[in-house]
Amino acid sequence: MLNNILESIPQVAIDGLTLGTVYAVIALGYTMVYGILELINFAHGEIFMTGAFIGTAMLLLLTGFGWVSALPAIVLLITVLLLTALLTGLLGMGIERVAYRPLRNAPKLIPLITAIGISFLLQDLVRFIAELKKGNYIVTGPSLFTHQIKIHTSSISSIFNDASIKTSFIIVLVSAVIMMVVLDFFVNKTRWGMAMRAVAQDRDTASLMSVNVNKVISLTFFIGSALGGATGVLFAVQYGTIDPYIGFILGLKAFTAAVLGGIGNIRGAMLGGLLLGVMEMFASANLSLLTGGVFGAEYKDVFAFIVLIAVLIFKPEGLLGKPVAEKV
Amino acid sequence: MKMRKSMSLLLSGSLALTMLAACGKSSSGSSSEGSNGSKVIKIATQTPLSGGSATLGEAIKLGAQMQLDEQKDKFKKLGYELKLQPYDDQGDPKKGVANAQLIGADKQIYGVVGHLNSGVAIPSSEIYEKYKIPMVSPANTATEVTDRNLQSVNRICGRDDYQGPAGAEYATGKLGAKKIFVIQDKTAYGTGLADAFKKSAEEKGAKIVGYEGITVGEKDFNGVINQVLSKKPDLVFFGGLYSEGGLIIKQAREKGIDVPFMGGDGLDSSTLVEIAGKSVKNVFITSVAGDTEGTETGKKFAGNYKKKFNKNIESYSVYGYDSMGVVLKGLEDAIKENGKKQPTREQVMKAVRNLKDFQGAVTKVSFDSKGDNDFAKFFVYKFDDAKYPPVFDAEIPKK
Repeated sequence: MLNNILESIPQVAIDGLTLGTVYAVIALGYTMVYGILELINFAHGEIFMTGAFIGTAMLLLLTGFGWVSALPAIVLLITVLLLTALLTGLLGMGIERVAYRPLRNAPKLIPLITAIGISFLLQDLVRFIAELKKGNYIVTGPSLFTHQIKIHTSSISSIFNDASIKTSFIIVLVSAVIMMVVLDFFVNKTRWGMAMRAVAQDRDTASLMSVNVNKVISLTFFIGSALGGATGVLFAVQYGTIDPYIGFILGLKAFTAAVLGGIGNIRGAMLGGLLLGVMEMFASANLSLLTGGVFGAEYKDVFAFIVLIAVLIFKPEGLLGKPVAEKV
Repeated sequence: MKMRKSMSLLLSGSLALTMLAACGKSSSGSSSEGSNGSKVIKIATQTPLSGGSATLGEAIKLGAQMQLDEQKDKFKKLGYELKLQPYDDQGDPKKGVANAQLIGADKQIYGVVGHLNSGVAIPSSEIYEKYKIPMVSPANTATEVTDRNLQSVNRICGRDDYQGPAGAEYATGKLGAKKIFVIQDKTAYGTGLADAFKKSAEEKGAKIVGYEGITVGEKDFNGVINQVLSKKPDLVFFGGLYSEGGLIIKQAREKGIDVPFMGGDGLDSSTLVEIAGKSVKNVFITSVAGDTEGTETGKKFAGNYKKKFNKNIESYSVYGYDSMGVVLKGLEDAIKENGKKQPTREQVMKAVRNLKDFQGAVTKVSFDSKGDNDFAKFFVYKFDDAKYPPVFDAEIPKK
């Protein structure tokens, strides 16, 4: 049994990391907004989904023009990524302006409800447009980066089986790592990052220190949404097929990842996302082996959430979160 | 002059009749005379003629209309004039029931061909049962349609719960699968199909090397696929719908799993091909809808259909045609039994249920006590290429 598990470990690790990086980057959006506004922005999963659709639409359009063959695919992808990030970033700012800013001083529950409202709105809007254009809301983009690379993990040690990775996995991983590193640098080392951290600590005092709170919050939404939208494009490239409802489950998982890592903490969100992805993949590949067939792969989410509960019992602030001192 | 007067009388008479019929209050019209002195008998169709599945609903209606037109002369000799009365159920149970009430109130209607959706057929048939109007369904596969043991409900197509066993028979027989991996999507349809397949495949001597579930709506199925990879089965069966099925097939092929995939009619969609792309090769699906042009009579039907309506046949066109054939055969039997006098609805209903060995264009029909067709068949289609529809491969009779 142990042998079977070990054999598949390299492949499981690769697939888990792919899913985990997607969770991690989406979790960043949740955690940034929560850190600043203490608002759970449930529309974030839908921004991710919108990004996936915008990106796929652009790729389909450009493929239609025949530009894909003229340009190296990677240049094309970077262009699409940047454009989508810009658009979804603006979308996120717009949502904040319309749905959250007027309610900033309302009870916490109210913006939560508008967030859910926005997410339904986005789902159905995208579905409507997709159905109008394609006659079907399940959209399949052009296949890029489908080349398979074999890694001979069996040569490291004979207990491992060979693993294979898609080229797109490397692209997802590299782009996600770049995004996370740049964000980390931005928040910790720049003036605007300092302003963001100041607003997160105390909005009123920050405004007294001549920090433009509204601008900082808009910026936060822009960055979070841009990252989410770009991840959507990466997701569409990796998995090929998207529909307007992908944001829901992925958003939920990413939110969980943010809580696991410590909500409000950017590095925690990254760690939580990667952990959740790997755990989930491990569970779905090995649960029936471990339990002798009693629990199948369909219990992978149960497994992942049991781990989450266990972590929160012993460390309620999440893995990297700091205990909040009660402000008196 | 006299001629013109009688003509105008006739016209206004028929106008009044149609108005009455439209209001559903034609209770007095039951023995009314048609244009040439013969009694009018109407057969209704109830299918979606508008909305998303209008193409299939229209196909059933046109098929039924063709059968009815072909048999008009025969019934004229018996002294009756046949008429088709199409209703649009919009694929909506509420609308189907409302139409069923209209049908029940129109005493000239002696039978119904329909529906397309099991969800509409089930509540509507309660009304038909009340009025004792025989319904013959060309397309409803849900088990509950006939499992309620209603006297009026019959179907010429197969049942959902035989689709799994039919798949298992093909997989273990023609494909020679010995080690099978089963994946299902945890929905009523997917689990039911997968369980029926699994049970039947085990009985036929195949080994089930894995049985796993996935979550509808997710896009990454690599966990389960890694299990498939390590178990090395020679067939993978998927109980579920095309959106997840397409992704599983695609992701499995990317990992180098080249064995055949099999699924039920839930995979029967052009979107499956769109999602899976080239990976869709070597995928098999079972379906209750047969290949019309596979038989001589079917080919002839397709030709006539094209000539009459200037449209290509849909998978269910010929089932509409055969369902109408069944209704009219029952009607004919009832008329003859009644000494050429106008039968009651109940007599027609019984005659339809008692039908044995009716030979349609592509189906053979004998109803059992529940109204299921003893000769219902299942069909296996294969994707040879990244294009829809798949190619007809085999037919499997119901045991």
